[in-house]
Amino acid sequence: MSLDDNILSSRVFRMIAYLIITICSLLCLFPFLLIISGSLTANESIIRDGFHLIPKVFSLEGYEMVFIFPTQLIKAYGVTIFVTVIGTLLGLFLITMAGYVLQRKDFKYRNQLSFFIYFTTLFGGGLVPWYIMLTTYFGLADTYAVLILPGLMTPFLIILMKNFIKSAIPEELFESAKIDGANDFRIYYSVVLKLAMPGIATVGLFLALTYWNDWFMSSLFINDVSMYQLQYYLYNTINTMMFVSQMATGTGVSLGRDIPTESTKMAMAIVVTGPIIFLYPFVQRYFVKGLTIGAVKG
Amino acid sequence: MFKKKGFLYELNKNKIMFLMIAPTLLFFLINSYAPMVGIYYAFTSYDFAGGLFGSPFVGLDNFKFLTQSGILLKLTINTLGYNVVFIILGNVVSIGAAILLSEVRGKLFKKLSQSIMFLPYFVSFVLISVLAFNMFNADSGFVNQLLKSFGFDPVDIYNTPWLWPFLITAFYLWKNLGYSMVIYLASIMGISDEYYEAAKIDGANIFQRIWYITIPMLKSTFIILLLFALGSIMKGQFDLFYQLVGNNGVLFNVTDIVDTYVYRSLKVNFDIGMATAAGLYQSIFGFVMIMTVNYIIKKVNDDYALF
Repeated sequence: MSLDDNILSSRVFRMIAYLIITICSLLCLFPFLLIISGSLTANESIIRDGFHLIPKVFSLEGYEMVFIFPTQLIKAYGVTIFVTVIGTLLGLFLITMAGYVLQRKDFKYRNQLSFFIYFTTLFGGGLVPWYIMLTTYFGLADTYAVLILPGLMTPFLIILMKNFIKSAIPEELFESAKIDGANDFRIYYSVVLKLAMPGIATVGLFLALTYWNDWFMSSLFINDVSMYQLQYYLYNTINTMMFVSQMATGTGVSLGRDIPTESTKMAMAIVVTGPIIFLYPFVQRYFVKGLTIGAVKG
Repeated sequence: MFKKKGFLYELNKNKIMFLMIAPTLLFFLINSYAPMVGIYYAFTSYDFAGGLFGSPFVGLDNFKFLTQSGILLKLTINTLGYNVVFIILGNVVSIGAAILLSEVRGKLFKKLSQSIMFLPYFVSFVLISVLAFNMFNADSGFVNQLLKSFGFDPVDIYNTPWLWPFLITAFYLWKNLGYSMVIYLASIMGISDEYYEAAKIDGANIFQRIWYITIPMLKSTFIILLLFALGSIMKGQFDLFYQLVGNNGVLFNVTDIVDTYVYRSLKVNFDIGMATAAGLYQSIFGFVMIMTVNYIIKKVNDDYALF
């Protein structure tokens, strides 16, 4: 029991803190609840009564609609999982190697090379030259490579990794490994990869999250529907649904009644977001831990 | 065989390390440096047959058009305006939330609320567009249902530009609160308990302890985050703006930032020269901004300088 637990101002303050945090949490949770409820409401009811926190007329027609033709959805899941796994592993491999080399004090050009990497955050060619180069000069449109390669690393992640290795692994360890006859790659492989695990987990999560949530690369480079990433598939479906229901109301054709556009949109959003929400409680711990270490030491 | 201290000597001595970092250097060379050549498009009237150097050179015409039509000014004001609000409000709110959460005693409550507030950071921006539609669309949106049930007239929010700066800011805070709160919370946890114990013995109340200990101790974290944010002040939150506003021209006046303009010029209008010009303006403006900020910081306090 600490000294001031009974002082009135502290107790009042704490009560207000509980209240405000609770309100913030509810505000953060609320939009998700609306979507879940929307996905479980009959389409008719959404059109008539609008979205509510608790379904007025319960129905699974939205989910039925999503799973009637699951081929494309499964394809999009496949693309996203493939891109996320390959991109994260490859990105981690390159980022850890670069971070390790750049923090080695006996590597003479480390400052120049760090600046070479950092400079790209200060100045760039912009979206359009980059786009034209990847499509016309490298022919990467409609390839899996374009979904993976440009996202492999960012200067921020390399710097994060470099600082993490520097603070987590004492230099003497490299020295003694060297004396034992290990070469530089061997040191990286058997010392750095083992001891920098929290940093690697954090950077890996950053990468995986970016790949999983990406819609931008599909939107720029992919025309083949079967190669859409999950998020872009969602984006596209929603726009199509919007178009369908606008057409229906515009022309008076009863198309919109037959296709439950509103509840399907919400169900699709849930199906696409689902895995992240389920993984989230496990993943979040590492994220917080990694960020905490980074922030305190940084 | 090799001259001591020469590049070839280093290369030979550390060939494995050079090999290890080579893919990274190649990556940035191709992905970031090579496109800089394409800046030339900004000075051409791009035609697809001509390619990079086959398109007719038009000098500064693209920039002239962007300036005279007022687009560049509008984009600059919007981009800077939103970012300044994001930086200030974002930091104030997350510092506030971190302080409140650090004072809460219940372990379970603390963990649960932190998890919930971090959740929006994990979901995609496409989902956010669904959320927004769910709440704001004219017919079935939650907000309008609420208004109707209280007897007010429904509002067509997607046709009401003045609301959007508030809505976009609200979504930005909603998405990023958990993330930056965790960083500040970590800094607060790093403050030694002795400060607080000493202050208590001296009779400081909880407000005085927060004001005289916690907030000053967060200064360095705040400055680091601020500097990073200032560095990218001309780069907007493209995903957020594009997914919330999309191609809804009614709102462009108050929601268009450089990134969304460039994306539209490329994807919708195929206006390569104009889009490159706007992108180049963004790069140069941002670059000058960072250099100036860094110079000032170096003068004031060298420790915080970026480079």
